[in-house]
Amino acid sequence: MAADGTADVETRARRDGAAAGGTAEIEIVGLTKVFGRGSEAARALDEVNLTVRRGEFFTLLGPSGCGKTTLLRMIAGFEQPTRGAIRIDGRDVAGLGPNRRPVNTVFQSYALFPHMTAAENIGFGLRMLGRPRREVEAKVAEMLRLVRMEPMANRRPAAISGGQQQRVALARALAPRPRVLLLDEPLSALDLKLRKEMQGELKRLQAETGITFVFVTHDQEEALTMSDRIAVMDRGRILQVGSPRAIYDRPADRFVADFIGDTNFLEAVVVRSVGDAATVRLPSGAVRAASVPEGLAPVAGGRVTVVVRPEHAALAEDGELVGVVEEAVYFGTDTHLHVRLDTGGRFTLRRQNMAGDHAPEPGAAVTIRIAESGLRVLRP
Amino acid sequence: MRERGFSIARIPGFGVVAALTFFLLYLPIVTLVVFSFNEAASLSRWGGFSLHWYETAFRNAQVRDVAWRSLWLATVAAGLATTLATMAALATTRTSRFKGQTMIYALINQPLMVPEIVTGVALLIVFAAIRVQTGYYGMGYLVLAHTAFCIPFAYLPIRARLETMDLTLERAAADLYASPWQVFRTVTLPLLLPGIVAGFMLAFVISLDTVVITEFVKAAGQDTLPTWMLGQLRRQVTPELNAIATVFLMLSVLAVTVFFILSRRRP
Ligand SMILES: Nc1ncnc2c1ncn2[C@@H]1O[C@H](COP(=O)(O)OP(=O)(O)OP(=O)(O)O)[C@@H](O)[C@H]1O
Ligand SMILES: [Mg+2]
Repeated sequence: MAADGTADVETRARRDGAAAGGTAEIEIVGLTKVFGRGSEAARALDEVNLTVRRGEFFTLLGPSGCGKTTLLRMIAGFEQPTRGAIRIDGRDVAGLGPNRRPVNTVFQSYALFPHMTAAENIGFGLRMLGRPRREVEAKVAEMLRLVRMEPMANRRPAAISGGQQQRVALARALAPRPRVLLLDEPLSALDLKLRKEMQGELKRLQAETGITFVFVTHDQEEALTMSDRIAVMDRGRILQVGSPRAIYDRPADRFVADFIGDTNFLEAVVVRSVGDAATVRLPSGAVRAASVPEGLAPVAGGRVTVVVRPEHAALAEDGELVGVVEEAVYFGTDTHLHVRLDTGGRFTLRRQNMAGDHAPEPGAAVTIRIAESGLRVLRP
Repeated sequence: MRERGFSIARIPGFGVVAALTFFLLYLPIVTLVVFSFNEAASLSRWGGFSLHWYETAFRNAQVRDVAWRSLWLATVAAGLATTLATMAALATTRTSRFKGQTMIYALINQPLMVPEIVTGVALLIVFAAIRVQTGYYGMGYLVLAHTAFCIPFAYLPIRARLETMDLTLERAAADLYASPWQVFRTVTLPLLLPGIVAGFMLAFVISLDTVVITEFVKAAGQDTLPTWMLGQLRRQVTPELNAIATVFLMLSVLAVTVFFILSRRRP
């Protein structure tokens, strides 16, 4: 097992690199892609700047049509940029075909070769690299073990299930040990249970191989649970890059706040602003502290939008917000209360269900208290 | 669930017309086959079962000669046509759209649209000029004419197969370090092969069957089986022709069956 030993050392080295703040694996500078020309021109990517660190699980998250696939295809080399540069491991890859980039893709449709067995599919990349047969065979066996597909080694793709095809596609892309693995919504075709299972599997594979993963999804929960860092995209632009926590707790703007998790928006007036903290006056007149995005210095007296996550608010005897319950939706462990505020607008909060008590019925008047540090000012 | 829409099968008399059509279509063929086994030398009076005419045909040096020529010509022409058609199909589906693509599509399929007799006459005139100029009187002219005529028949099934093939497979191969040529050899070609064989079979049958063009292009002593049979009809007709036609029929049915099976198999 000498090979496994060296692989482990390599893996650890890569992960340490990532933990130490990270050498850049992929650097994207001013990347723009325009499809078509003249009046039909469509800007799929608009001045994208991005750095993916070595060994991290990086996720591109955004609604349909925001340019996730286009970005991935340009990193892989299937599409040429209109403007801008891509560097992989410090090397500009402009003009290099997909076969000459140290990057492998797991396609949404898997794209397994139907005329080859699972084992032949997995060995394809190594064979094309001209590796000796012994080495290919050993690597294929190792990969089959890694994705737990040894019993299916000699089956054709048509004779295995969707989840198994998914594993073979993963093993095929990992076998040549690329610097970067690109995954375009690899789980979207699977049912919920299999999807959960494969999410765990992907995390495990990433940790075991130490390869940089760039993962595309439009499922915010998937992004939050799996990623080291997330880039939120909309209409060809990157709106925010950060850890799942940072994105969730400190969304930079309204789109990010709205796209990730349930969110309440309140209109407020700035009372005072110092660095990344501010005091704001809510419509009800209450004055509260709120955190502020980096670099945004709100002026006192200016109008801003503040955001409150449902779990940062609770029913209380006295609080900042007063309203009437419009709807109470039972969710087992908790109940979602939709409240119409007396000052206008709606507010959603979650209330934990406890034995013997009941949530307020629609029509009940309630008071809502916002937790300490639960308020955040958004970029206008 | 029952289909509620328009169904041609519900029109009164549909069954009768259908039966009559099949009857008229296949009766002559059945008659032809049956009388190839006739003991007597008649095409209308049954004189008992015998393989006599097959034997006669087989022993007939002339028949053997033209049959070989037909098979050789069909193999060579279909092979060339299939190779060219494969390249044409790749060029019209696997490259980014280029100027004049539709025009090329129309040109490739020209033999399907221009009456055979026109093509025949045109070839006759051109080849006659070349013959005089070069003094070459060999089989090259027939090979050339048959190849050109067979290309669209080989092209259509190959192109159909290419169009249903998933492009991401070729992309995946490129992503896994295959050079463009390796992509073609390891992924495109194996997946395209049923289409190529189907195209070859169809081209083979078409070449075997072509009378008009051969008639115009052939030099003396270059009869193929169909043109030779046509010549024989002007003389005395015996069940020997039935026997030859029956063998011919079997060969065509076989090729068409292979074509049919291959073109229905999904990638
Ligand atoms: N080949 C193309 N020609 C023209 N427009 C294109 C092409 N490919 C993508 N686009 C456009 O570019 C935009 C981004 O597409 P892209 O496929 O990258 O979106 P996506 O974020 O992957 O969406 P989804 O989540 O639906 O897969 C879309 O508006 C799309 O219509
Ligand atoms: Mg996409």
